[in-house]
Amino acid sequence: MVPLSYYLFLSGLIFSIGVLGFLIRRNLLVMFMCIELMLNGVNLFLVTFAKKFSSLDGQIFVFLIMTVAAAEAAVGLAIIIAFFRNKKSANVDDLNLMKW
Amino acid sequence: MQFFIFLIVSIILVVASILVIVQRNPVVSALFLIAALCAQAILYLLLNATFLAVIQIIVYAGAIMVLFLFVIMLLNLRKDEFGFEKRKAQRFFGILFAILLLVELGVVIKIGLSKIPSTEFSLDPDFGGVQSIGKALFTDYLLPFELTSVLLLVAMVGAIVLAKKKL
Repeated sequence: MVPLSYYLFLSGLIFSIGVLGFLIRRNLLVMFMCIELMLNGVNLFLVTFAKKFSSLDGQIFVFLIMTVAAAEAAVGLAIIIAFFRNKKSANVDDLNLMKW
Repeated sequence: MQFFIFLIVSIILVVASILVIVQRNPVVSALFLIAALCAQAILYLLLNATFLAVIQIIVYAGAIMVLFLFVIMLLNLRKDEFGFEKRKAQRFFGILFAILLLVELGVVIKIGLSKIPSTEFSLDPDFGGVQSIGKALFTDYLLPFELTSVLLLVAMVGAIVLAKKKL
């Protein structure tokens, strides 16, 4: 049996790696992938507690989060395509239209 | 045996996740993200979430990552457009804050673990299977389940509108 805490620390580590990537990368697509990594860290956390308390609620939550992630990916990638069409770049530093 | 599998899979997961953020080429990043997602599906299996493991591979590693790769290929980035970070200060503070967050999460988990009861719940034989998840989705969680269909419809319309030629 694997102790519960190992899963929790692992999910914290995955979440931190996602945050790190989001902070240091400037490529829009890679930043978007880092958001997926963070979502997965949280998913692992929820599934671990679903098993710990023998309750399906956590797993249902993960199921719904995956649906939201799919919707988010579709809209976000469409925004990236629209941005690339206008600016010919995939760098967040070029996203400065709203900057005063 | 289970611990051995956990060890190998978690090492794959962490290494693949790190490679996602250090690769220059977004295509390689996406491929490593697929590896990380598959490793996580195995962790779900270890946690008795069989249905979620299958969904993870089909929806996440299958559908969403194909969409990612499709968009990366569509954008057709040149080498100098990969966007590598020349800012030293930003990288320094990014690493600093990520490590701070990791330590903080570790402390919070450690404190939280001492508070939860250590009683062992007995698991259903079908815990996390298709039948039990489906029953929960169509009884207790019927409204959220139906709302996700509206969400997907909105996302579909939004993606089509955003990707039109003239925005």
